Formats: sequence, structure tokens, C-alpha cells
Amino acid sequence: MGAPWNQRAARRARRLERLAPLTRGREIAAADIIAALEAAIEPGDRVCLEGNNQKQADFLAESLADCSPERLHDLHMVQSVLALPAHIDVFERGIANRLDFSFSGPQANRLARLVEERRIAIGAIHTYLELFGRYFVDLTPDVCLIAAQAADADGNLYLGPNTEDTPAIVEATAFRHGIVIAQVNERLERLPRVDIPADWTDAFVVAPRPNYIEPLFTRDPAQITEIQVLMAMMAIKGIYAEYGVQRLNHGIGFDTAAIELLLPTYAESLGLRGKICSHWALNPHPTLIPAIEAGFVESVHSFGSEVGMENYVAARSDVFFTGRDGSMRSNRAFCQTAGLYACDMFIGSTLQIDLAGNSSTATLGRIAGFGGAPNMGSDARGRRHASPAWLRAGRERAGDAIATRGQKLVVQTVETFREHMAPAFVDRLDAWQLMEDMGMDLPPIMIHGDDVTHIVTEEGIANLLLCRSAAEREQAIRGVAGYTPVGRARDARMVENLRDRGVIRRPEDIGIDKRGATRDLLAARSIKDLVRASGGLYDPPRRFRNW
Amino acid sequence: MERFTLSLPSTPCARADAAAALCGVVSSGNLEILVDRGSMADRCDIEVNTSAHGFRDTWEAVLADAVARHAAGGLALAINDAGATPAVVSLRLDQALEALEDRA
Amino acid sequence: MSRLHRHSWFEADARARIAGLVDAGSFRELCGPHERLTSPHLAVLDLPVAFDDGVVVGEATLDGRPVLVGAQQGEFNGGAVGEIHGAKLRGLFERARRTRPAAVLLAIDSGGVRLHEANAGLIAISELMRALLAARAEGIPVYGLIGGSCGAFGGMGIVARLCDALVMSEEGRLGLSGPEVIETVKGVDEFDSKDRALVWRVTGGKLRRSLGDAALLVDDDVAAFRDAARTLLARPVPARDLAALAADQQALTQRAARHADARDGLDIWRALGLPDPAVIPMLDAADFNRLLAPLSPTEAA
Repeated sequence: MGAPWNQRAARRARRLERLAPLTRGREIAAADIIAALEAAIEPGDRVCLEGNNQKQADFLAESLADCSPERLHDLHMVQSVLALPAHIDVFERGIANRLDFSFSGPQANRLARLVEERRIAIGAIHTYLELFGRYFVDLTPDVCLIAAQAADADGNLYLGPNTEDTPAIVEATAFRHGIVIAQVNERLERLPRVDIPADWTDAFVVAPRPNYIEPLFTRDPAQITEIQVLMAMMAIKGIYAEYGVQRLNHGIGFDTAAIELLLPTYAESLGLRGKICSHWALNPHPTLIPAIEAGFVESVHSFGSEVGMENYVAARSDVFFTGRDGSMRSNRAFCQTAGLYACDMFIGSTLQIDLAGNSSTATLGRIAGFGGAPNMGSDARGRRHASPAWLRAGRERAGDAIATRGQKLVVQTVETFREHMAPAFVDRLDAWQLMEDMGMDLPPIMIHGDDVTHIVTEEGIANLLLCRSAAEREQAIRGVAGYTPVGRARDARMVENLRDRGVIRRPEDIGIDKRGATRDLLAARSIKDLVRASGGLYDPPRRFRNW
Repeated sequence: MERFTLSLPSTPCARADAAAALCGVVSSGNLEILVDRGSMADRCDIEVNTSAHGFRDTWEAVLADAVARHAAGGLALAINDAGATPAVVSLRLDQALEALEDRA
Repeated sequence: MSRLHRHSWFEADARARIAGLVDAGSFRELCGPHERLTSPHLAVLDLPVAFDDGVVVGEATLDGRPVLVGAQQGEFNGGAVGEIHGAKLRGLFERARRTRPAAVLLAIDSGGVRLHEANAGLIAISELMRALLAARAEGIPVYGLIGGSCGAFGGMGIVARLCDALVMSEEGRLGLSGPEVIETVKGVDEFDSKDRALVWRVTGGKLRRSLGDAALLVDDDVAAFRDAARTLLARPVPARDLAALAADQQALTQRAARHADARDGLDIWRALGLPDPAVIPMLDAADFNRLLAPLSPTEAA
């Protein structure tokens, strides 16, 4: 001990020694958790508190927030998502003061306030893959506090369907002599499968209540509008079919849920089964059930799971990744990699798009971060393998020049106005103001304009790959921006010229009768229809039911 | 509520004399359009009642495009709007006016 | 896949419900939107009005027999009954006394009185109740149809129970105080309005059919509502004498005593001896009705 090349191991041994009186075997009693955290963590530590966009180590988060700021202070929190009030409490109570993260949706307002009050120093806002990458480079946690479904007496962990970030966090922490503490829902004699071996963990606590999981990917078909149906038809016929998109990722909004629900009806009627949408990097969206049942889908790999989809996933093991125990296996790091490198298309919605095609969900007074969209919604310039969709997009971009690479399709689908008449197309993104207000180096742009290939609105599809100048690009965007001020300031002649060249295509240009865009086209019009389509296997959360 | 009326030139509707229809429902983000016989064969009279303030020029642009797309001369449209977006307004106008054209 | 092509009653608006309910092309609207009988109260409050004030009334035929029809527009202010809205429905029942149709069909989709209209709305709904009872007293049957997103609550919950018989889909709900009101007044432990599955197990069509409040339970399908209306129309006009009322009252008293401790529709289904209450919410109407048939719940009112 104390040898100059093994200081980290020695430090770890010291911490385990302090922790030992509080554990029986590997188990910490719930009542002792605060003392245990104060024993295992030291001031100034870099701590990863597992917060995913779904699964939350909520008991450990609340316990950390309840630790004494005299014992624990100046912590540097590294975590992908700040979802729970306790995630912010640790800063408000003076336990932590530095943060590197990816996404803070529900806590975005509180986070912005703390930054303005200079009570929190944000290192950077990352995409998921960047943050995971930095866990192994310069943001390796000293201690990680994670969530698992179950532990056995030896400390092996079973993660259940919501694997999410856990393996990446534990691997980085455990193999650099950090401390790994898990909260589990139950202790079992024998685990259904071992997802994290005991050699990588130090202690676990059975939480007083199961960890919280947010049903983030459930979209009630009842809320899909006729306009969204129309845009879904346009995307399917004007992009999916044209490029033969087989490998893709969808965003989480109603626009893409509408596309999923039109596959067994509208896409089927166009003869597209087997020709589009076979392989997905996607969470188990309930709205994908009808397409799976209709035979559209060959495989789905997921970042996490979705509440209520457990039995359905287990019963469709040809489609989903499942363990030998039969239950789902997800993995955010691998699925993000799949989305970045192995998919030919990302399609999702956004709040604002500017004249260069930059898009952002940042709005004033909120630091929301990015999550996975920028990884999904960017062209991977390191990609080398070809596919028809990727090659065609690359050739369209190259124009008369010789294409030496393909191009991922990155599609933004937005109605020109959001509710309360907020225009989706703007001259200047709120992100620039947010950058100034928060003292950031760069505006929080979610998807960069030079990665965007298509914009779909109710007015038409703009194919930005075919634009040959910044001016054309601007007019292509204005040309689908409807009655927003940006859209009304279009150069009508130039827009008609772009339409003649197929850069802009209206619904009638691709043979879509707007009157056919009714909710009758949806393969499911309610959550109940989804349950029926699943043969009763999908068990939706109670708040989504009306029976 | 913001209220205004417009009279826009439009191709005469063959069925203007028999026009009487209601399209849509007044609910959040939606609107109803009442179609009646208007005063002049080559103009469409439009009355707008909207809960969204300050969008008159947007309405005028949406309505002008709609009566240019369809034969709406000789018709009077009355609109009760509870904050519909231009996309929804255009769709309802198409539905209301195409119904008359189909039967022509 | 056939169920996907059903024409949903829940999603249809008032006019589409009527169009699917009665003989094709037979509907003639009264006090229609072109008369612009809009709410003066909403106008004073500077709120959007509707040309039909959220209710469609008129006359039609069903299987060739004359009927009067009213349908509330649930999407407009939650189908709430304002002064004009209520007066149109009241007028419908008064007309029934003159024209003596085979029945009055009332497609209810309402949370009750329109709060913006305060006393005028309350008076309107009580006048509607009086007119409905007067029509029934003269031997004209009144059948309610409940399957919209607003259900039948508040004053319209009472109106529903004044009908001779009700047709409901599971999606339709029937109650007096709405779930949010109960939670606000009595606390979340009494009734968790966010637990939608619980809300529907307590107020939804299947429980209402099980208790006998609804005479028929149908799928969420316009054609199924039409068939149910035809079934009711084919029945003899229900007896409305003192003996029938006393029998109803006795049945309700017994029902209240029997289920006094029930906290959930599941408790009631269990008490009724249904084999697997947990699966009931997922059954379609035919399977549910088959399950319920041996129990033949009384139509208590």
C-alpha cells in the first residue's frame, strides 16, 4: 500500500474500510445509507448519480441530498440526466457545486436559476455518447450510485429491462478503483441473470420503494392530429419510400408516433412492407406494436425500456434483444452507437429552426441539454459501410461532384406553428440569447443545419441535400415555413423554381390528397387499441388508460 | 376576442345559392366555419372571431390563399376560432369549400 | 383488423353521431347554426362562442319511425349546458309532447352546467329536467346514449338517470361529481382522479351496466349505438307508474346496502360473483355481455 503507482487502489481500500462497519456482507441497511454515503464519498469527489431519462437511482439521490454539507461538499456531479428534484437539491444544499451532464428536461428551470446565481458551475452540456466517452477519459467517477432491479448476497446485480447507462457507468468507475454502490428493488437468492458481476460492485441497499421509471416513450394515439397524419403520410411517401430507409431511429414526439401508426395502414397500402423500417434503434414504443404485429419490423435494439412493455417484449424475442431469462436487455451506450453509425435515418421534431436549418429545443430561462438527439441526428463522418439510402443521400449532396461518402438522412418534422401560435421557424434561435445569458461558449443547438437533410412541414418537404447555395437553402426552408413570418418573407419565384427542381415538394407533388389525411388511417386510435393489437401483452400505465 | 370582416375576390361558386354548411368544432386549437350564401357572386365575405390577438395579417394571408384555391365567390364564411394554427385553419377551409365543389 | 375500421362514437362529433344514429339523410336540424343562437354570456366574458352553442337538436327517422334527437358537442366547453344550449334541449322535449315521436334520443357528452353562465345555466338544466319528465309522463320514451369524452356528469348525470334507459360504451362515463371534484373535496385517498383505470372502473360503462344503470353496453362504434337505439325502440314503452318507481327505489336501496363497502369497480364485480374481475376492463362488449348475462342486472330506473 502507498506505493507511488497505486494511490487509487489505496484510496479505495481506505473508503471500503470506513464503509465496512455499515455493511453486512455487501448489504447496507436502508436506515444506514446516509452514514454509508458519508463514509464512501470524500469532499471534492467526482460522483456519478445514476439518472437516466427513465430509470432513476431516486433513493440514493434523496439520501445524497440529505447528507451533511459539512461532511460532503464540493462534489463534482457527472450524470446523464437531471430528472428528479433531489438532483438539484444536492446543489442547493451545498453538497455539490460542479456539474457535467447531458439533459435536464424536468429540472431545466431550477438549473438555469442556480447557474445565474453562480451556485453551480457547469463544465459542459454533452450528448450521451460524449459524456460516456468522458467517463473513460477525464470525467471518471470516484464513486457511482446506481439503480438495479435486484442483487444477490454476493453483490451480483440484475438490471431488468431498463439497463440504460448502468454498464457504462460501472465499467468506468469499477476499473479505475472507484466505489460502486447500488440501490436495488429486491434482494434475491438467485438472480434471473447477472448483468453486473459482483467483482464490479462494492455494496447495495434495498430501497424502501422500487426505483422510479418514467414512461417517457408512451404516446397516446388519441392525441394525434390530422395535421400530424398528413405530415406522416408525406414523410413515408416522400422520404422513407424514396430512399428505401430500412435502418432508423425515431424521436419521441407525436409526429413520429403518427408515422409508426401509419406503417400497417398507409405504408402497407403503398406496398412498402419489407422495403422500409425493418431495423430500428428505438425504445420499445407502444405505438410501434401495430407495425411489429403487421410484420414490418425485423429487429429493435433499445436504449432503455418502456413501462408496461415488458411482457410484450419478452413475447417478441425475435424482434427485441432479450436475455436467456427471457426479459429485455437494453443498453444506452450501444444503442446510441447504433443510432450514430448503423442507422440511415433519424427523424424527430424540434421547437425552433432557423434559416440555416439549425434546430434547438432550448428556450429562454431553461437549460434543457440535448440527450441523444444530436448523436442520432448527425452524420457520422467516420462511417464507411454503404447502404442504398446512405449512398443516394450522399450522391444528392455531391451533385455534379463525385461522392466519396454517403450521408445519413437527418429529418426534422415540425408543424409551422406550435400551439399558442408560436412559430417553429425563426430568424434567430433562442439558443443564442441563452448562450449570452448563461455565459456559454456556444449556443445550445440540438441539430446543426449542415447535418439536416430534410424538413417536413404541413406545407411540404424541403430537401436540403439538393440546395446548391446558402441562398437556395434559405429559400427552401422559407418555402415550407407556411404562414410564419419566416415563411411569408419567401422569394415566391425562387420557391417556385425550387419546387420545379424537386427541392421543395408539396403534398400534391408526391400524390397525396390532403383530404385522405384523417385519423381513420391510424392503426390504433387509442391506448386500448394498442393493448388489443398486442394481444393483451401491453400493460399501459394507469394514467394512460380510459377503461 | 378579436373580430374583423373581409371581402375577397374569388371564382364564383356554382352552388352558392344552396350553400349552408358547418365545418369543425370550437375547441382549443380548433375552429368552426359556417358557410352561407354571400352578397356578391365574385366575392367571398368572411367574418372572423378569434381568441388569438394580433394575427390579423396572418389570417388575411391564410384566407386569401384559400379563396384563391377554391371557388368561393358568392359565399359568406363566418368563423369562430379558439386559437387554431394556420395549418388547421387551412385544412378546415379546404374541407368546407371542397364539400361545395364536390357537389357542384 | 376490422375493429380498426370501426367508426368511433368517442371520436365523432355531435353531427357525425346523429348522422350515424338515424336513417341516412333523414335528419332535419332545428335552431341550427345558421340561426346563430350563440351564448350571450360567453360573449360578455369575451370567450369564443359556437353557432350551435354546443348542441345539435332536430327530428329524424330511425327504421322509418319518427324520433327527436339531441346531441351535445363534448369538445365545445366540455359539452357544458348554458342558457341557449339548455333551452334547445328543453325545446326538443316540449316539441316531443306536441309531435309524439317514437322516442327522444339524447346523445349526452357533458360535464354538466356551464359554470360561466352560473344561474342561467342552472335554471336551464332544471328546466330541461322538467321538460324531459313531462315528455315521459305523457308516454314518450327517452333514451340516453353515453360514449363521448366528457361522459355524463353533474346535472347531465342526473338528466341521464331521468331517461327511460341508457346505452353506454365502456369509454362513456356516468356520475354526479366528476373525479377531479371528488378528489379536490374529499382528498386523493378518497378518489385518485389521475388513476384513470380506477376512474373508468368506477364511472365507466361496464360498471354502470353491471349495476343496472345502463340497459345496454356497446363497443365504441357508431353502428353499435345505432343498433342499440333500435333495440330500445323495439321494446314496449317502459311502465312509469307508482309501483314501478317504488320497485326501482327498493332496488337502489338494496344495491346501496349490498355494495356499501365497495371502493372500486373490481369490488363490485367480485361481489356480483364474476370469475376474474381484473380482466373485465379489457373485454369487448360481446364478451362482457356474455359474462354478465346470467346475472341480468336489473334496469333500476
